[in-house]
Amino acid sequence: MSALFAETALVRKKKRNELIARSIFGIMASSMVIPLLLIIGYLVYRAGGYLSWEFLTTNPTHGMRQGGIWSALLGTIYLVGISLMVSAPIGVLAAVYLNEYAKENWFARIINLAVVNLAGVPSIVHALFGLGAFVLFARMGRSIIAASLTLAIMTLPVIIASTKEALAAVPMSFREACWNVGATRWQTIRRIVLPNSMTGILTGVILQVSRAAGETAPIMFTGAVFFKRLSEGQFFAYNLKDQCMALSMHLYTVTTQVPNAPEELPYAIALVLVGTSFLANTAAIIVRTVLRSRKKW
Amino acid sequence: MLGEKALEFLIRLCGVSAILFVFGIFFFVFREGVGFLFRGLNLREFLFTTEWYPTSQSNVRYGALSLIVGTLSVTTLAMILAVPFGLGAALFVSEFCGKRLREGLKIVIELLAAIPSVVWGFIGISLINPLIQDVFHTPIGLNVLNGAILLALMSVPIMVSIGEDALKAVPDSYREASLALGATHWQTVWRVLLPAAKNGLLAAVLLGVGRAVGETMAVLMATGHAINIPHSPLDPVRTLTATIAAELGEAAEGSDHYQVLFIIGILLFLLTFVVNLTADLVVKGIGKK
Repeated sequence: MSALFAETALVRKKKRNELIARSIFGIMASSMVIPLLLIIGYLVYRAGGYLSWEFLTTNPTHGMRQGGIWSALLGTIYLVGISLMVSAPIGVLAAVYLNEYAKENWFARIINLAVVNLAGVPSIVHALFGLGAFVLFARMGRSIIAASLTLAIMTLPVIIASTKEALAAVPMSFREACWNVGATRWQTIRRIVLPNSMTGILTGVILQVSRAAGETAPIMFTGAVFFKRLSEGQFFAYNLKDQCMALSMHLYTVTTQVPNAPEELPYAIALVLVGTSFLANTAAIIVRTVLRSRKKW
Repeated sequence: MLGEKALEFLIRLCGVSAILFVFGIFFFVFREGVGFLFRGLNLREFLFTTEWYPTSQSNVRYGALSLIVGTLSVTTLAMILAVPFGLGAALFVSEFCGKRLREGLKIVIELLAAIPSVVWGFIGISLINPLIQDVFHTPIGLNVLNGAILLALMSVPIMVSIGEDALKAVPDSYREASLALGATHWQTVWRVLLPAAKNGLLAAVLLGVGRAVGETMAVLMATGHAINIPHSPLDPVRTLTATIAAELGEAAEGSDHYQVLFIIGILLFLLTFVVNLTADLVVKGIGKK
């Protein structure tokens, strides 16, 4: 009897192959976990005690070899804030157009293609564009405003993509119900569609912040400088026409152009940068999870 | 009512803004480089010779072949490393693991994608550089291999997320039919899912390539700044993107050198445009079926 249910050679081979495949793919997937943990662990370990409140709130001094990162941190906040003010409204409205107004035709297809391509343009080409369009053509000079606008265009696809996804998740019946009681298209969008996709839009905004805070190439030639001294503890220390320091650029400078910088300094800056994007991304993940659990439809 | 009309106009305007920006990017980059492109630059020299002496007093040469080969070599090696891992991970996430593990891995992928490129470059210098020195006994570890490892790590997340979408798009009835015939998971993946999702997976790879070609800061910092044709993965190189980033600051505005850097920008724009367009067409091919 037992021989009847014994594994044949074929079944054994199938089982073995299955196990091999599963473990190979598992190893490949875990190969992403290891570098992530390794990188974070290494940064935390090396940055060690260098990070402190004082490090964040004092200017770099002695040719960046001492002091903190205040002017770079504030510069990044300015760049991210202003680029967000530009890209969030344009991105959200563009997504509204694509999801609520555009018909499924070649024109919408071209817009979608343009969004994909905008996301694929190399960051250094965005830098060239920012230099040609904002710094030179629009005569903004190398300034916070020129760099922010460059960042805004670069990060636009992030907001468009996640807003579009959020709008598409609102059931059609919601809109139909609203139209049936006599609301116009815009009233429907304003009262029903946008409020129901707020969390998705928020996710996009957070991801934009994370992306913009880390970018270096687009701001290198449009507004970021190696060094700038600011009055400490004052939030409105930069003028929009000024050039500014930025965290990402500061890490590049300290790593490649400042000999004899304290060994922990670049690790500390890198940790602040990575920490910022991880915080933003974690926030986005939490927002998304809350959205999913609250969804009533 | 007038307000609503104005608003709808604004929405339409924002809708087409992406098209305007893509054209704007091409226009303004082209505009800065066009003078030299048609008057002065020898296009054959630019594309097919390796002498890049933009700042030489007596013998100025703009041969970008080394830079093009630099970009291709780093990208190719990065893809050799990233494609099996990216697609393998996509398969694991989509087909072989439970819901909890999947959510966890997706978060890891998202965080990996969130590390800024300048931090990758820094990791290339501070972590991978000494590692390569130790393992291969080279005097310096900033080379093609270093850049390729970084680019692989940077492009794996995009491959996994697009690849997973492609696999998810295969109807469950395919899987059920295959499993009902007694096929194992692996047989189902190999014989049914891969053929069904091959366009989407190809698009995932292409988007990874686009990402790798356009990456700037990481390769600028980690590939070692040597303008030559590499003969082994342990040779230093310089890519197209890194050249712009390294030299634009020194080139006088409007000079030949400055304009040549914009021409490299046009080349990069066209290169990534073609890659992304192909990826999009390949994906839309599935949609039609």
